[in-house]
Amino acid sequence: MSALAPIPAAAVLPGGARRAIPWGRAALYGLLVVAAAAYLLPIYVLVATSMKSFAEVSLSRMWAPPSGLYFSSFVEAWAGSATHRGLGGNFLNSVKLVVPATLLSAMLGSMNGYVLAKWRFRGAAVVFPAILFGMFIPYQSVLIPLVQTLQRLHLYGTLPGLVFVHVVYGIPITTLIFRNYYAGVPTELVEAGKIDGAGLWGIYRTIIVPLSGPAFVVAAIWQFTSIWNDFLFGVTVTSDPEVQPITVALNNLAGSFVVEWNVQMGGALLAALPTLVVYAVLGRYFMRGLMAGSLKG
Amino acid sequence: MVAPSVVAVAVFVYGFVGWTGFVSLTRWNDVLPSYAWAGWRNYVDLFQSFRFRIDIVNTARFTAAFLAGCLGIGFALAVLLDRGLRAEPVFRTIYLAPLAISFIVTGVVWRWLLNPGSPQLGDVGVNLLFRHLHLGWLRAGWYTDPRIGILAVALAATWQMSGYTMALYLAGLRSIPDELREAARVDGAAEWQIYRQILVPLLQPITLSAVIILGHISLKIFDLVVAMTGPGPGFSSDVPAYFMFDTTFRGNHFAQGAAIAEVLLVLVALLTVPYLVYSTRAEVER
Repeated sequence: MSALAPIPAAAVLPGGARRAIPWGRAALYGLLVVAAAAYLLPIYVLVATSMKSFAEVSLSRMWAPPSGLYFSSFVEAWAGSATHRGLGGNFLNSVKLVVPATLLSAMLGSMNGYVLAKWRFRGAAVVFPAILFGMFIPYQSVLIPLVQTLQRLHLYGTLPGLVFVHVVYGIPITTLIFRNYYAGVPTELVEAGKIDGAGLWGIYRTIIVPLSGPAFVVAAIWQFTSIWNDFLFGVTVTSDPEVQPITVALNNLAGSFVVEWNVQMGGALLAALPTLVVYAVLGRYFMRGLMAGSLKG
Repeated sequence: MVAPSVVAVAVFVYGFVGWTGFVSLTRWNDVLPSYAWAGWRNYVDLFQSFRFRIDIVNTARFTAAFLAGCLGIGFALAVLLDRGLRAEPVFRTIYLAPLAISFIVTGVVWRWLLNPGSPQLGDVGVNLLFRHLHLGWLRAGWYTDPRIGILAVALAATWQMSGYTMALYLAGLRSIPDELREAARVDGAAEWQIYRQILVPLLQPITLSAVIILGHISLKIFDLVVAMTGPGPGFSSDVPAYFMFDTTFRGNHFAQGAAIAEVLLVLVALLTVPYLVYSTRAEVER
């Protein structure tokens, strides 16, 4: 409150040698720290458990800090044991899935966004919201034909099949991100290109693409995060543990009664790390994607 | 240039939704497809089903708790952070971090945090923490208690998503010119009056966006339920999206599953389509 409250008398009175203790500010920080602690608790358990040695992982000492850096649970989650499969291979599956799917959907989104922002064509006012609705639908309403189609195309149960699915259903959000970004690019640039005799593609390649860096980063981070974190498409399209992405494998690991809770935590940390690292490093761009998703970009 | 995407969306979104609708009117309730006409029977069966009725109640409870939690906590944090603190970016980063994590990870962690414990194990997770903090009376059975059930899942979802409403509200507060507050202060308004009478009304469009975005997430909630609880005792944490998946891919009742999916789609469309039309029209006119 103190930032806005009237200046305390003690601070301005001449000869007031002692500065008033800023209680308002202290209370404000107190509240924020308590809230931060609540938000960090689950992440603390995740990280602390993963770092402990097997001797320390009892449930009754769940909240105790680790005595050193052992990473026993984390390593077992990656490599597996006699009773369960490791998640290492699934982690790599997710990498192989996320990289091409992210790049392809960002490229498609860029082309769509450019046309929708800079080329007025008949029906654009219907096409744009019609595309956007694709990001709100419950995917349950497309899963049955999706499985049938992928089976026909011999892509069912494969990583390329899953890449394809994520690229297709990533079109709405990436189109939205790029369209909003290109709406801010001066139309004069496009007009100038037309005068120079460049067409739709020429203008895109020579004028638009070189300007697209920031939007590309926003769209790529968004897609990276949502594809890495996806579970529904992964569990529907892949059933072979060798092919499954990490979220699906983690859920199988956590559902198995023979796997200790600390190994589940190690696996969860493994699944969470890539997106958390990207968020920590590029949080600003993550935020922009988030805001675009609420359509009020 | 947009043609491939337009075709892809037309086929994979609208075509597939239509095909699912067709399947929901057939008798395909076995492994092998059968497109014999069933009319509305799958829908009639669905609305008479005991489990689906529970699911609808669960979705309503989940939505109410999740929305109240996200809007309340998000707004409170935004107000606290809108005080020009130097450490603001640190707090903001912490509150938003859960958004970067998958619902599966959240579910796995919260299943252990909200584990009720057992006579052999003693208290674990949050219950154990409450005991450490001398708040033992707060201990609960969480998702194993049918009276709480889905609300335990809503708690984990609120942890994950409340940073989002915080960010929306904070951006909203930042976009309101300081002159408005100054003028109110000059007129002798107290801080809480400024919030109640000026800022909250001005933030209403943001509240609407948040309700629609969070509301459609809660209608679709699936991953978190899978990883955290499953359907729970007496379906106390079951939801339509889970029921659909279970019916279709575990039970092979494809037509029945398709009917659930279409009901879910209609609910989501009722919520999002008006907002979508309004938002994009406002943008075109801009």
